[in-house]
This record gives sequence, C-alpha cells and structure tokens, in this order.
Amino acid sequence: MRIGIASGKGGTGKTTVATNLARVAAMEHLSVVYLDCDVEEPNGQIFLRPEVKWRRPVTLPVPRVDLEVCDLCGECGEICEFSAIVPIGKKVLVFPQLCHSCGGCRLVCPLQAITEIPREVATLMGGEVGGVEYLQGLLNIGEAMSPPVIRALKAVAPQAELVIVDAPPGTSCPVVEAVRGCDRVLLVTEPTPFGLHDLELAMDTIGKLGIGCEVVINRAGANGEATRELCRNRGIEIAAELPDRRSIAEAYSRGEMAVDTDPDFCDRFLALLRRIEGWS
Amino acid sequence: MKQIVVISGKGGTGKTSLVASLAALAGTSVLADCDVDAADLYLVVQPSLVERYEFIGGKRAVIDHDACTACDLCRSLCRYNAITGGGEDLSVDPIACEGCGVCAWFCPERAIDMVDAVEGEWYVSDTRLGPMVHARLNPAGENSGKLVSLLRAEARSIAEIRRIDTILVDGSPGIGCPVIASITGADLILVATEPTLSGLHDLERVIGLTTHFGIPAMVVVNKYDINEANTRRIEELATKLGTGVAGRIRFDPAVTAAQVAGVPLVEHSSDGAASDMVEVWKRVRWTLSAGGFVT
Repeated sequence: MRIGIASGKGGTGKTTVATNLARVAAMEHLSVVYLDCDVEEPNGQIFLRPEVKWRRPVTLPVPRVDLEVCDLCGECGEICEFSAIVPIGKKVLVFPQLCHSCGGCRLVCPLQAITEIPREVATLMGGEVGGVEYLQGLLNIGEAMSPPVIRALKAVAPQAELVIVDAPPGTSCPVVEAVRGCDRVLLVTEPTPFGLHDLELAMDTIGKLGIGCEVVINRAGANGEATRELCRNRGIEIAAELPDRRSIAEAYSRGEMAVDTDPDFCDRFLALLRRIEGWS
Repeated sequence: MKQIVVISGKGGTGKTSLVASLAALAGTSVLADCDVDAADLYLVVQPSLVERYEFIGGKRAVIDHDACTACDLCRSLCRYNAITGGGEDLSVDPIACEGCGVCAWFCPERAIDMVDAVEGEWYVSDTRLGPMVHARLNPAGENSGKLVSLLRAEARSIAEIRRIDTILVDGSPGIGCPVIASITGADLILVATEPTLSGLHDLERVIGLTTHFGIPAMVVVNKYDINEANTRRIEELATKLGTGVAGRIRFDPAVTAAQVAGVPLVEHSSDGAASDMVEVWKRVRWTLSAGGFVT
C-alpha cells in the first residue's frame, strides 16, 4: 500500500501525519518506507531523526556543444521549447537551468555536435530509524525544478507493506509527481477559511489524477463543521480528526512527535493505521 | 516603485494574513497574489473582478489517430513516459507531457500536433486597498513559475500607469520555480517563519535563496510565543546570515477570526497580533526609505 500525504495549503500538518503514521506502523511491526518528497523543504528528518546510511547526487542531462563540429545551423535552437539552447553569432549558448532534459537538441543535431553531460541538481539521502526506512530528496538552492528530483527519489524507493509519501504543498506539478502511483491520498487540512478553500483545490487535483482520497482534519475543534460539510457534499470520508492542543504545537516546535507526547494522539494514529489496513 | 514580496520556505506561517494587513496599512498598493497553487488572498480583500484572461502554460502533444501508423517512435523518444497505450490506442498523457515537442518534431507521419495548454486563468480586480492581480491555476496545472512572472509584470504595469508606488506580492512556500519567479527583481523580501525546528530549517534554505539572488530580506517570526527560545535562535540565525529582523507576531486566535470575517487582521482588531503587524509595517517602511537595514 502506497499512501500520499498531501494538502493544498502549506503548514496544515502533512509531515506530522506522515511521520507519526510511519512511527506507529513500525511499532505495529509493518515494514515501512517513508519518502520525503517535499524536496524544497524536507522536514521529516527533524521528527524521525534517522541514521543516515547513504547519500547520492541527482543529476539531469544537459547539452554540451562541441563548437569544433558545430556549423551553427541553428536546429537545436529551433527544437528547444524552453530557450535553453540559443545559437547566437558564432556561439551556441546553453542555459542549463532552463533545460528540461528532453534530449531534443542532441537528436536534432545533424552533425552530432551535441552530447549530454550530467548536471547536479539535488541530493538523495537514505537512512533508517526504529524500523522505518527513511528516504528524502534535497533540492539544491537556486534550482527551480523539483519534479525530476521527486521522480529520482521515487525510483530508488524500496517496496514495503506501507510506503508513505510526504508530498509538498500546492496543487501543481511537484504534488502531481509526488502522489502519482499512490493507491490513496490523505489530504491534511485545518479548519480555517484558507484551509477549507485549499482543501477543495486539493480534492480537485487528486480527483483529476484518478486517485481516491480521504481527509485528515488537523487542529480540529468546533470550527471543523464547514470542513465536515464539504467532505459530506463531495462524498469524501474523514479518516481522522486531530484535536487542537497547544501542548502538541509546542512539542512540534521542539521537533518532538505527537505520538510520543500524548497517548491520545498515539491511539488516534493507531486507529488511522487500522483504517488504512482496511483499505487493502 | 517598491516591490515587497512575502515568502516563507515552510508553508502555513502566515504569509497571506501578513500581506493583507500590510496592504491595509499601506493605504493604496498594487496587490499580486503569486501563490497561484493555493491563492487565498482574495478571501480577505474581497476583490471585484475587472478583467479575466486564460493562462497558456505551454504546449501539449496531441496525436492524430488518422495519420498515426503506430510506429511507436514517439514513445521511444519521450523522456517523460507521456506516450501511453499501444497500437491504435497510442495517446498522450496530458499531465505527464512536458510540452518539449520532440515527439512532434520526429514523427515520420507528422501525426502529432503541439497545442496550447490552458493551465488556468488570471484576473485583474479592484479592491478597496488598491488594484489586484491574481490567478487560479487549474488542478494539477503546470508552469506556475511562468504564471507568477506574468502576474508580476502585470502588477508593475498597473503600478506605473496608475502611479502607485508600492507593490505587495504574496508568494508561495518552498524554494523552487514559483518562488524564484516571485522574488527576482524585488526590492525587499519578507520571510514569514515560525519558531519551530521545521521553520528554522526551512528559513535557512530560503535565506540561502534570497542571498543567491542578492535580494535584501527581513525575517518576521509569527506565533513567536509558541517557543521563545526558538524565536531567539531564528533571530540570531537571521542576523548571522546577513538578514534583517522585521519583528515578532504573537499567537492570536484573532488571526483566524479575521479570516472568518473576510478582512485583514488590522481591520478586525487593534491589539494583539494586529499591533505586532503595525510594528512590522513601520520597520519595513523605515527600511525601504533608508535604502537598507542595519544588521
């Protein structure tokens, strides 16, 4: 079972749900893989504190032009949709950060003057903690494109009884890349107008991918009624509600996990795990 | 003209609430909601729509089945695994397609067309705080960075035409493509963070980004009283990294109450977090008029 943990709005508790779920699943002796796909700002390690076992770079192929061979025909500039390779005067300029690594310029070059060289854009890291296999990607600062890094991370992820994909916030390409291939998605929301609005966008996004989803209401209280109503109207079930407690917020601020802080949260995450096991 | 951009690294640290209040305090400014994935600013500034446009994010490949001979060359050339099905049913997964056009270029039957991909809409609106540009990216839409650049260019042109000297930009979380598009060429970046280890970790990376692009930045610690020791660590880190400190905002249920009421916090209350935001605005204005901050 592969589960995506996503949200439209940031800061609603994706990492809280993902890490605590991983912890209770490991306590229950399931084989668990946790993938931190928020490669722009991965925070899972702050809570799970894995022992790092390996690191490896993520590279993307970008063109290099051999000007000895190139006759400046301009075909490469023609095919490139991203203005990443531009013949100008007696030179061919390459802008690696604009390159989407489609390989078109190399294919189109009639003189085979273009080769592809690897460019490092991120680092993958793997480790282990308390029965949870931990993997994360970390995008280099200044790099724009996270989806290829997420793809690379997913490609090295091992199989397990439970694979938890901690997705980045939003509703666009990075989220799509993270949750693609998941059996189901948990959408984490908070009962505020912004949370409600972005939950609806997230439901549309996951729905468009044809993946089933359920909702976790974080910091829930009396004000959760609008969220519950939205879920009823959309026919989407609420998988769990996590109450709003200052003690949990304070523990979070110190990098401590909810299930270690509050037995009630431990019970709630166990119940969530049972529910997830019922899906398969 | 001064462009102030609010970003955060970590999501949910109060960017939009801060932008709405700064807009209310600024008098008239041009507002740009560049968090196009989850655009919430309109919920608290109540814009009235003036213009609406389609956003063309890029191109998408479409296979003409009458011309296709199912040679499968497109599939072997596509690096995004966007060609799906087989034989007569060869088709393009529009979500996986990157729009590079390699399949169309090399198709021996010229059976593939590259068509404009509508990835959302963008709007020009009026609000009582000034003109506003905002957008709605389609679910699972692509090229949010391009949409952000478009919104910012539009905000600049409105500011020039209407002689408004402040542009306030609500950015998105993270450090990737839409964030980079939000900050390039800005005069001042406000980084909203929270006193948690996650906030601290993400702040360090986002300051790395502002430094990378050489744009002055100041940090605002939201909900600072959740963990004052971490607040001090954040302020020390900010100073060490050559970033200014624009202030602290306390945890205050009035922030959510203002959202529910659909107004900026400083119009909803005058004490608590609202008064903290007033102090942040004073500091920002002073920094901009002094042409820099003292670290």
